Amino acid sequence: MKVQQRKSSFVISFLILLLFWVVFSGRFDLFHISLGMVSCAIVSWFVSDLSIPNPRPMGILRLWYNFFLYIPWLIWQILLANFHVMSLVLSPNMMERIDPHILRFRSRIRDELGLVTFANSITLTPGTITVHISAYGDLSVHAIDKDSAAALPGEMEERVARIFGE
Amino acid sequence: MNLISVLLIAIGLFFFLGGSIGIIRLPDFYSRLHAAGMLDTMGLFLSMAGLALYVLTDFTFANVLVAIKIMLIVVFVFITSPTATHAIVDAGVRGFREPWTKDKKGGSSI
Repeated sequence: MKVQQRKSSFVISFLILLLFWVVFSGRFDLFHISLGMVSCAIVSWFVSDLSIPNPRPMGILRLWYNFFLYIPWLIWQILLANFHVMSLVLSPNMMERIDPHILRFRSRIRDELGLVTFANSITLTPGTITVHISAYGDLSVHAIDKDSAAALPGEMEERVARIFGE
Repeated sequence: MNLISVLLIAIGLFFFLGGSIGIIRLPDFYSRLHAAGMLDTMGLFLSMAGLALYVLTDFTFANVLVAIKIMLIVVFVFITSPTATHAIVDAGVRGFREPWTKDKKGGSSI
């Protein structure tokens, strides 16, 4: 079982590294490709016992597919939040409109990678920053005003939970 | 095509300007990071998208690779920037820096 996992982790990281090698080098002669294959094989052999994934209810391809569906929505949210923070920052009575406070809540996401994705999404959205997150899913979020805080946990948590099949 | 990329870069620079003004105007350590988040999300994303589009006006395979590399900059910054922001906030919490709030004005302006 362990050997099997290690092998599949080796193959996956080798393929990803090789893809990046090809994109970054942009050369397709035998010399450069074989050089890339050798270095990717060495690196993925080194890291293959570090990067064994957690057991998940769904396959890794499904996970990546869900993740790519999430990204456009996240970028749209970031755009909206950017305009909101921009209007706050440029308004003459900024000090009256901002209301920095820390809100605490417990997330229902249990997957470790899911919690990291959720916390990073919160931080990426301007107006909210994750201050602290515990292994059980307790989050402290610093929000710049009431409107930024109102969206949490809400839809973002729903969508991240859906990526990881919860 | 060129017009669109110029427009994208200009809007991106506008977000950079807004973020810089925000860093100066906001009252304390924590809230300034919100404005800094604006710089490396929309500012970077729009200006890099404009550059990628500009490169793609001459549509060859090599240029497609360059455009992919430019968009990969955005991907990597989107992964690393929240981590760095979190490290900065964590440093502030560990240093017992009180956040500025409405009813406790000037709690800890730097």
